[in-house]
Amino acid sequence: MLDIMKGIFNNKEDVSSKDVAKERLRLVLVHDRIGVSPEIIEEMKEELIEVISKYLDIDDERIDMDLERQDNSVALIANIPIKRLKKR
Amino acid sequence: MAGKAYVITSGKGGVGKTTTTANLGTGLAKLGKKVVLIDADIGLRNLDVVLGLENRIVYDIVDVVEGNCRLEQALIKDKRYSSLCLLPAAQTRDKTAVTPEQMIELTDQLREDFDYIIIDCPAGIEQGFKNAIAGADEAIVVTTPEVSAVRDADRIVGMLEAEGVHDPQLIINRVRIDMINRGDMMDIEDMIEILAIKLLGIVPEDEKIVVSTNKGEPVVLAENSRSGEAFWNITRRIEGEEVPLIDLEEGLLNKIKRLVGLG
Repeated sequence: MLDIMKGIFNNKEDVSSKDVAKERLRLVLVHDRIGVSPEIIEEMKEELIEVISKYLDIDDERIDMDLERQDNSVALIANIPIKRLKKR
Repeated sequence: MAGKAYVITSGKGGVGKTTTTANLGTGLAKLGKKVVLIDADIGLRNLDVVLGLENRIVYDIVDVVEGNCRLEQALIKDKRYSSLCLLPAAQTRDKTAVTPEQMIELTDQLREDFDYIIIDCPAGIEQGFKNAIAGADEAIVVTTPEVSAVRDADRIVGMLEAEGVHDPQLIINRVRIDMINRGDMMDIEDMIEILAIKLLGIVPEDEKIVVSTNKGEPVVLAENSRSGEAFWNITRRIEGEEVPLIDLEEGLLNKIKRLVGLG
């Protein structure tokens, strides 16, 4: 009965293990398929920040970059918050 | 006759490849087809015991390719269906004892006499896998609903593609409806979405599998078995019949029992 109650008042902390499994799998497969390790992603991220910083003033604390599955292909999705344009 | 060769594969071991091979083979024989099962898991043969044919083995697949016997001499007839045969694996040799070329030759020879050739592949992605899939036209990937098994299944799908075996189909084995209902096991849609591969069937977890393996009688022949019914449905799908997926929802009575705490 408790399980049903939990189901009705599904609070956020109580994520079901199947959803955790799904998310972990999704990520691990994207990395497996393209053969990119998290270290390479980190390296790319740093280099990209360097390049972009030449032109834009960015918030490098809040950069979010990862591989994502889109239908049958893999995309590199980066979210780079811009503070302002750099004066040249 | 121009038989079709299927290979039953998985990345992770212990997900039910041999059980699947035995049941699909027996199911197809029950439908009146001429079927030969090849145990390509050389060194760790097991298909013979699952079928209850272990004490009839004289020659094996390595004897055939090395010319110690003729192919017909190594084929063991099933106890129940005369149209079902087993070509056993060698136990004293390793997975590389048969080359891909020899495997292709073997399957081509068997195509002439059988409607279906079903190859039980060793787990993993090493040479044994490449040897086993060499002669196959179609592949069936077996997985369970666990993160590790699904991940390895995805690797296998990629490897099959690379080796020229296209569009493999998926069997999800050992599915537990109670756990899916509780949200503790990935459901079928989740897995299909993640793997992006065609679903051939789902098989519920079933104690009767242990009993059937103990006895050496494939569960597809057992009465009142959920897994047997599932394997039977898959068999018919292979033969081109449109069979809906087994009803995974628990029955209303069980649901009520569970709600009032009797389940």
